[in-house]
Amino acid sequence: MRPMWILALPLVAACAAASARPAAQTPAPAAVAETTSVQRPQYPSSYRRHQNPPVLIRNATIMTATGQEIAGGSILFRDGRIVSVGATVDAPADAVVIDGTGKYVTPGIIDDHSHLGVYAAPGTDAESDGNEATNPVTAEVWAEHSFWPQDPQIPLAIAGGITTIQALPGSANLIGGRSAVLKLIPARTVQEMKFPGAPYGLKMACGENPKRVYRNRGPSTRMGNMAGYRAAFIQAEGYRQRWDKWNRTHQGDPPQRDLRLESLAEVLRGNMLVQNHCYRADEMAQMLDLAHEFGFKIRSFHHAVEAYKIADLLAREGTAASVWADWWGFKEEAMDGIHENAALVQAAGGRVVIHSDDPGGIQRLNQEAGKAMQAGNRAGVPVTRDQALRWITANPAWVLGIDSIVGTLEPGKMADVVVWSADPFSVYAKALQVYNDGWLVYDRNDPAHQPRTDFELGQVPAPGGDR
Amino acid sequence: MITLLLAQTIAITGGTVYPVSGPKIEHATVLIRDGRIAAVGTGVPIPADATRIDAAGKWVTPGLIDGGGQMGLVEIGAVGGTREGRVQGDTIAAAFNVAEGLNPASQLIPVTRIEGITTALATPGGHLVSGQAVLIDLDGATIEQMLVKSPVGIVADLSEGAKDEGGGSRAAVAQRLRTVFRDALEYERRRVDFSRAQIEPLAASEADLEALLPVLHGQVPLLVIANRRSDIETALRLAREFKLRLILAGAQEAWEVAGDIAAAGVPVLVEPLDNIPSYDALGVRYENAAALARAGVKIALLETNTHNSRDLRQQAGNAVSYGLPWDQALRAITLTPAEVFGVADRYGSLDVGKVANVVVWSGDPFEFSTGVEHVYIRGREIPLTSRQTELFERYRHLPPAY
Repeated sequence: MRPMWILALPLVAACAAASARPAAQTPAPAAVAETTSVQRPQYPSSYRRHQNPPVLIRNATIMTATGQEIAGGSILFRDGRIVSVGATVDAPADAVVIDGTGKYVTPGIIDDHSHLGVYAAPGTDAESDGNEATNPVTAEVWAEHSFWPQDPQIPLAIAGGITTIQALPGSANLIGGRSAVLKLIPARTVQEMKFPGAPYGLKMACGENPKRVYRNRGPSTRMGNMAGYRAAFIQAEGYRQRWDKWNRTHQGDPPQRDLRLESLAEVLRGNMLVQNHCYRADEMAQMLDLAHEFGFKIRSFHHAVEAYKIADLLAREGTAASVWADWWGFKEEAMDGIHENAALVQAAGGRVVIHSDDPGGIQRLNQEAGKAMQAGNRAGVPVTRDQALRWITANPAWVLGIDSIVGTLEPGKMADVVVWSADPFSVYAKALQVYNDGWLVYDRNDPAHQPRTDFELGQVPAPGGDR
Repeated sequence: MITLLLAQTIAITGGTVYPVSGPKIEHATVLIRDGRIAAVGTGVPIPADATRIDAAGKWVTPGLIDGGGQMGLVEIGAVGGTREGRVQGDTIAAAFNVAEGLNPASQLIPVTRIEGITTALATPGGHLVSGQAVLIDLDGATIEQMLVKSPVGIVADLSEGAKDEGGGSRAAVAQRLRTVFRDALEYERRRVDFSRAQIEPLAASEADLEALLPVLHGQVPLLVIANRRSDIETALRLAREFKLRLILAGAQEAWEVAGDIAAAGVPVLVEPLDNIPSYDALGVRYENAAALARAGVKIALLETNTHNSRDLRQQAGNAVSYGLPWDQALRAITLTPAEVFGVADRYGSLDVGKVANVVVWSGDPFEFSTGVEHVYIRGREIPLTSRQTELFERYRHLPPAY
């Protein structure tokens, strides 16, 4: 018999806020014949847009991340959507008008590699929920089931202009589990933060970490790592075939559901995006071969300190490189990190993301992008301001499969907007206001818009306040 | 033990010079001779044999000093064979001086100095009393050539990190330190009895007790890592009891007791970008450096991530963003650390007679758009190359030529 859970109709984008959005470019929701369980309304987003008056920011430098930097420009957003961007924009009578003189406006910043919520502060074992390090392949675990919305690191990141994150499992495992793509807003539950319609990512990890964690039981070598991925995807191929066949025919009992293989089958169908922690150039090339063997794409190599060595290959494959501006040397596979990594990948036609992987770094991705841009410029590998802005907006949006919804300042896009005190690539710039889907979630000059988590109440002094 | 290898005269002309010890001077010359600063100012006569460096439009500052980290003591974080900053198994390791663990060939040194950091504290860690920190210049073929001062201080840890070694309670940590300090003084009084084993066992080894005596006589500072306000207060209390010269490090909640720290005349080493709350310091915040400076505390800034000691500039810039006046931020990575570490007679400012650690920048040293144009360490022009610049050159055009 068909189990009850298959009777419910597909309702992935069962959210009012999402229904008004353009569909994500990639991946399209899978056709029914190509789905198993994830097409059901399981663990849905309960995200709702907050009601807010229209906002007009005028006479600011508007950096759109679409190639334009409009001096003395304006931007109007209403009902969570950007209405217009340009040199002159008429203010509706009911709009809140912000004087942007001397200020800069960018899209909301997106971090495609965060462990907020899964490795929450204050950082005790009780909040250590990022690595299910009990098996080298744990595709069955989902980061959202670890995510703690009261992580006090969340408001700090919001104050840095972050509007969307991908919260990832850690890198202990070859296949660590599903990521959560989240609106970074104050919320009681992770469901309220889940980015409506965003595809899941699958965390995979190369190199030193898995082989160190599992050295006693295996894998204990890089070749063992590769064999581990392959064995998992071979199983997933069979699982996918069984389910796809059953979904076409509905003959007999449905196959036994397997949570681990369900995630991997979604990768094979192209519905889930592979987010691959991988440092070394030669290992990235191995992982691309793995992807070819099983017919999936690797969306981005995360950390990728040696991306510059194979920038041509990454550009050809269409795999992004999510990198730090300058981290290096903390382990052997990170020894060859260079300042110009991002610039060289950009110059080769690759897609660059500056990511954080760090609760400190996420607060200043604008600075990190500025640092990487200037390193390129100084070395004779020029990077434009728009390109550098895309490293922390449009490009991570693409990595997360939500680039048709967020990542640029264009009419129709979600009103994720940051107002900066100065050029965001300056060390002295601070986010003054952060709008998430049109909601003023942070205002540096107004304590009424400086959200605090439950954790902070009564034990972490308020910003600017004494104990 | 400064070793001056080169007899050379260099004139850096026309730049905006930030001596730090005084106001900036436009269109000024910095004259370097034989590894020392020979003149600073406008109208400085330039010797005929001087190598001239045109710094018009550039900024000239002292070399930056990172007041923390483990430069020279770590090569690859995850590779134990390359780490020298922690002695094993000794809770009270006061006699452990890191100097002979320094690796003058460390790849981190060129990576760091070509971004304007010329001097750094190399700090032991990992214990209740971790050992002796030393100050090094980021140049020199031998340990002796690198050393600026040894020891600069003995490192003790009053943070959560040392609790296990202290007996599992903050109270036990403080009591343990008191016992060790008293035993060191007892040892000093009864050396003869000690050598004849006619004394009760003491709380640490002879070598460690001996090493603590300069601290207990106020000759060498005790550099105390403490973050929680109450731990900072404990450090101040211990310093009063034993008349210690105290340096606070980390000090994440120091802003809450800035007045007390200022009154005690205790300098603080701050990492401006610390702001992630932990149970060790729920009150950690970006404004710490500025609040301390406002209260009159002498602060020096840190970048404790040794591999990115070069981000000291970014730390300073962010301290400015969160309220520290720009001039004080520059001082907090030049002259103030030199004062705190007891080398201000030789380091930290562009004054005649001081060691010629000088950086020429394309602009504001804290800004990402600014590049380093020249670095001098003890008067030697440092080639702006590192393993990382070599990797860049190899791969800037693909495929690489091997």
